[in-house]
Amino acid sequence: MTDTTNTTNTTDTTSAGEGAETGGTRGADSRAPSRRSLIGWGGAGLALGAAAAGGAVAMARNGDDAEPTAAASGAAIAFHGTNQAGIATPVQDRLHFAAFDVKTTDRAAFVQLLKDWTEAARRMTAGHAVGEGAYGGLAEAPPDDTGEALGLKPSRLTLTIGFGPSLFDRFDLADRRPEALVELPKFAGDNLDGNRSGGDLCVQACADDPQVAVHAIRNLARIGFGKVVIRWSQLGFGKTSSTTPEAQTPRNLMGFKDGTRNIAGTETDRLKKFVWVEEKDGPAWMVGGSYLVARRIRMNIETWDRTSLQEQEDIFGRDKGEGAPVGKAKERDKPFLKAMKPDAHVRLAHPDTNAGATLLRRGYSFTDGTDGLGRLDAGLFFLAYQRDVRKGFIPVQRSLAADALNEYIQHVGSAVFAVPPGVRDKDDWWGRALFSKDSKVSQSSTNSKEA
Amino acid sequence: MRAVRLSVVTAAATAAALAAVTGCTEKSDASGGDDRVVKVTATDSKCEVSKTKFPAGHIQIDVENKGSKVTEVYLLFPDDRIVTERENIGPGTKQKVTAEVKEGDYRIACKPGMKGKGIRQDVTATGSGKVAKRDPRLDAAVASYREYAQEQADETLPKAKVFAQAVKDGDIEAAKKAYADSRIGWERTEPVAESFGDIDPKVDLREDGLEEGQDLEKDWTGWHRLERSLWQDKKLTDRDSELADQLITDLTDWQKRVGKAEITPTSMANGAKELLDEVATGKVTGEEERYSHTDLVDFKANVEGAEKSYELLKPVASENDAALTKELDTQFAALNTLLDKYREDKTSYVFTSYDKVGKADRKELSDAVNALAEPLSKLAAAVVK
Repeated sequence: MTDTTNTTNTTDTTSAGEGAETGGTRGADSRAPSRRSLIGWGGAGLALGAAAAGGAVAMARNGDDAEPTAAASGAAIAFHGTNQAGIATPVQDRLHFAAFDVKTTDRAAFVQLLKDWTEAARRMTAGHAVGEGAYGGLAEAPPDDTGEALGLKPSRLTLTIGFGPSLFDRFDLADRRPEALVELPKFAGDNLDGNRSGGDLCVQACADDPQVAVHAIRNLARIGFGKVVIRWSQLGFGKTSSTTPEAQTPRNLMGFKDGTRNIAGTETDRLKKFVWVEEKDGPAWMVGGSYLVARRIRMNIETWDRTSLQEQEDIFGRDKGEGAPVGKAKERDKPFLKAMKPDAHVRLAHPDTNAGATLLRRGYSFTDGTDGLGRLDAGLFFLAYQRDVRKGFIPVQRSLAADALNEYIQHVGSAVFAVPPGVRDKDDWWGRALFSKDSKVSQSSTNSKEA
Repeated sequence: MRAVRLSVVTAAATAAALAAVTGCTEKSDASGGDDRVVKVTATDSKCEVSKTKFPAGHIQIDVENKGSKVTEVYLLFPDDRIVTERENIGPGTKQKVTAEVKEGDYRIACKPGMKGKGIRQDVTATGSGKVAKRDPRLDAAVASYREYAQEQADETLPKAKVFAQAVKDGDIEAAKKAYADSRIGWERTEPVAESFGDIDPKVDLREDGLEEGQDLEKDWTGWHRLERSLWQDKKLTDRDSELADQLITDLTDWQKRVGKAEITPTSMANGAKELLDEVATGKVTGEEERYSHTDLVDFKANVEGAEKSYELLKPVASENDAALTKELDTQFAALNTLLDKYREDKTSYVFTSYDKVGKADRKELSDAVNALAEPLSKLAAAVVK
């Protein structure tokens, strides 16, 4: 018959026992009943007209309130802070990025969603289950948490929210739209798919374990049903840039190191100069925030792989082995741009070619199967943070119009978001300053109060 | 389809689970008190039970398969409805099945090889075991819903007969016209109909629902088989006439049995959610009515059936969770408004052919279904709180 019968019957105790162990590693609470004792009757058979009395329900909740065990290093990245985590914090291995459209027209409902999301994000980044957990709750109802991250470490999960230009057409927000949040112009070679572009808001979930990142997006989407819907999403693996001053820069799917001079989380001055929005940049609610450009860049993997090594190296302006700029020995050696071909990627992307324009890159490789023509649907999901898109991504991308690499890549998805500052404390929530009617209650005033 | 077939059973089972959690201290009733444990020893030819009488309330069935075949064990009502079941019990293994049962007669069945009607033993639950009392308003809701299910079956049969007659007359156009209409009552109450298990595969199976070894011509019966003849083969044969007669026979069976379905407040609530799940997995994708493209008619009927359950449960649910019922009101209205875009007027069941509904519009429908189904999944909890 069907596998649905599992729900009607008692599971054998072996797997129940494992469940208890797994649950425990996520901070089991002594008030919670053991998973084993619940399963004794919890999977029970048919009630003939049964309805439950209320009292025992609370007892059966999944107590998931304890601090995560300080298990293993890199357990959890602080959720609260001046800036959102997931930008200058160390880059994790995996990504699940989702862009949403807003469906509700009710401002209060949307604000409530942001609060609910913040609370869920606060719990998930700390390694807790959402709401009342994934098991042990009311047997009648689906659990609050979907459960696939139970027993996994927090895995340095960061959740970062951004607001797209189209959000400001809603909820009377037009006068709060930052000037810097421009729609990106059409760039040479763009072949953008509307179904992979735009969005009223986005959430970037990065974690060392892909299941943790996917769990986070899935649960936020679930909380959002009826208010927001996923417009598009992207999974990413193999970070292609680093925000920690490591010895080696990660490689993209072309096998090259790119962005070796990315801004490190420790480089306070460069972060201040190129990434974080300041008071004078306006508007007040964005101070401590940043602007995110997301581009899905498809690579023509097969033709690239048939390209000679010399040409590959000429195109990038680096050698393939070490990643050193043309004529240099080490990847981080200062490049001599004139030694490169005029259309070399590094030469055109370098700050010196672009009046100093510098981005914080946080891209990931992606492979979404094949494209029906037997070619890998793969490439780079490019994520860049900057203080002003007009001084960051736009000039750099314009400069790349002549890039020799363009023969092997195509930009197929595009979006831009205003990424608000961090959630300050347990009473704060994503976008509070933007949605607070009293403009004095801005993020910056909270900042100065606490400073 | 098959997953939903068990829906009412499953939903009711979770009600038992809930009652059981409430009675955590009663755990000893089963594990300690031997009178509530029934040992079942299954072999390839026997199904021995350690006792044929046990007290009503929580019981535990300890199954040991001493045979050479994989088996499954059922606790059944006298009319074969399933109380609880456990499948895939391998040779030499033991399994436990628990249930909460009222006073009355039951059967325990073992099915060696997981085939056939099984080897059966009559058993009796005696005395007055603990079964929770429930709100009389919920009993009223169940009674009304039972009536509704019966009405739907009663009204469907004549419509199905019109359809069947057109098929037998070889009148393709008339049959096409009567097709979708003949399914509305069924679609509105699908989880109830499916709870019987045997009727649904006969009348509502899709081509891809056939199992390996089943013959497309011989074993595939019901609406969708005729749908294919009408829209794809574009001709009616003697076999189709037989199928039309068979459909009426099976639907008559449904009409006779629907009043006896096991319905609980929670199965009503979860049945409503499952109707939306049906929409989400079969209709939104256009798989259900792949030849006729009348998916939106089924879609609407599923939503109406879900709404009926909801309206009946709402008096209790709104007391327990006012925010939830407010949200459900909003989302039912939003989905209905959206569906109205695809028909000329609100009384008509003539909807836009689903192959004319573009990708973006399908996503919009899917989004609206998600927006409703997610809160609807919390209705059962609000009913039993």
